[in-house]
Amino acid sequence: MRAWLRADGRKGIRNVVLVAYLVECAHHVAREIATPLRKRDVQLIGFAGCYRNDYAETMLDRLCTHPNVGAVLLVSLGCESFDRFALARAVAASGRPVHTITIQSCGGTRAAIAEGRAWVAARRVALDAAPTVAMDVAELVVGTVCGGSDGTSGLTGNPAAGVAFDLLVEQGATCIFEEPGELIGCEHIMAERAATVELGREIVACIAKAARYYATLGLGSFAAGNAEGGLTTIEEKSLGAYAKSGSSPISGLIKPGIVPPRGGLYLLDHVPDGEVRFGFPNINDNAEIAELIACGCHAILFITGRGSVVGSAISPVVKICANPETFRRMADDMDVDAGRILAGAELAEVGREIRDLVVALGEGRRTRSEALGHQEFTLVYKSFAPLGPGCLP
Amino acid sequence: MPAPSPSSDPATDPRLLRLHADDNVLVARAPIPAGAPILVAGVAVTLAVGLPIGHKLASRAIAAGEKVRKYGAPIGTATADIARGELVHLHNLRSDYTPSVALAGEAP
Repeated sequence: MRAWLRADGRKGIRNVVLVAYLVECAHHVAREIATPLRKRDVQLIGFAGCYRNDYAETMLDRLCTHPNVGAVLLVSLGCESFDRFALARAVAASGRPVHTITIQSCGGTRAAIAEGRAWVAARRVALDAAPTVAMDVAELVVGTVCGGSDGTSGLTGNPAAGVAFDLLVEQGATCIFEEPGELIGCEHIMAERAATVELGREIVACIAKAARYYATLGLGSFAAGNAEGGLTTIEEKSLGAYAKSGSSPISGLIKPGIVPPRGGLYLLDHVPDGEVRFGFPNINDNAEIAELIACGCHAILFITGRGSVVGSAISPVVKICANPETFRRMADDMDVDAGRILAGAELAEVGREIRDLVVALGEGRRTRSEALGHQEFTLVYKSFAPLGPGCLP
Repeated sequence: MPAPSPSSDPATDPRLLRLHADDNVLVARAPIPAGAPILVAGVAVTLAVGLPIGHKLASRAIAAGEKVRKYGAPIGTATADIARGELVHLHNLRSDYTPSVALAGEAP
């Protein structure tokens, strides 16, 4: 693979210019800045809220200093509470070009868009000429998420992604699966796979927290489309989702924004700590993808049965279609036809295809969602306590 | 838990998968239309409604209150008596954790 080397030693398989708005009031200006070059890896992210939130500030910090990002433009209205100074300092300290546009002090909407477009265009030219270095599979961080799951997800796509995870972990890569709300009922099997007894206890506690959280909200992580696709209960969905993790030992339990310290398989706990605040742990699949990317993921394996079309800002999303009927309807959106397992294809063969595709992403290949321009992004309010002492043995 | 490795049962229609020996449901690997008799664990049954891909039916009679098992693990509790070969879904199975959401009706 070829990659861009960052000052912290991490390597990126993309070289994105990120435009980040720091409150909804700056969203339009930021979008206008990014749009002309949106097909040339100029991408938009941001946070809508005007109130301070440690989680959101950590998320934007990690995303703006992600190895796939080469330069960052911050777009501030000027009076929001987000600490734009701290974020700009963090990006500058990471060795990346960074510039802040404050709409209230630069002359308003037109002036801000003009200044932003000029800065972004200049950075794009510079990044396009940047040298690349070799990258090994062991340096990859790969996440997995399932969305639009149905009765085929747990039979084909999720176990095939699990096989790909096993192959990647064998090669020294870092793999991250989630999410506790869709692993309810699997906690004791996961605890047996944990590297230490203490980590196993942390995993059991993490799933219990998720069960409490969703019970308080009165709904599980279960959408109407799951039922239409043949899934009846959250336990059934969880057992299918769990297959994404493969069979490697679990090396650690992390939270959004924590980059795993070494290769291995990690579980991402995305459920907020403390009393239930701010609503659902994740309001959609893209909020989960953003958290995986904030943990350093270079690429995301996204398994869908019903047919999700989303991609993401920053890191490519590989669409693995579990359902052969969906694949026939939506082939243009799908990278991997895992539903062929139902017609007799080998699980191991599809798993190898997924692993090979991830490696190809580091050799210039684009995913279907990237080619189609999907760059969805969601970031909402949350609150987390620090990791427990047994989480990263 | 290893990845599910579906195994076929010779006394069962090949379009149905048994995911684990302890299961009391079978999953459709291909759509099965209503009306034509099919073999379920050695017994011929006729589906009252078609079984879409990824949906499941009972491999034996399941009593109301009994756990429904798939992948060898409980996926909830039966809310009604379920006959062998009958569709198992929201109308006769509920979660032991949180309720499931479904939409009713069709677009106008």
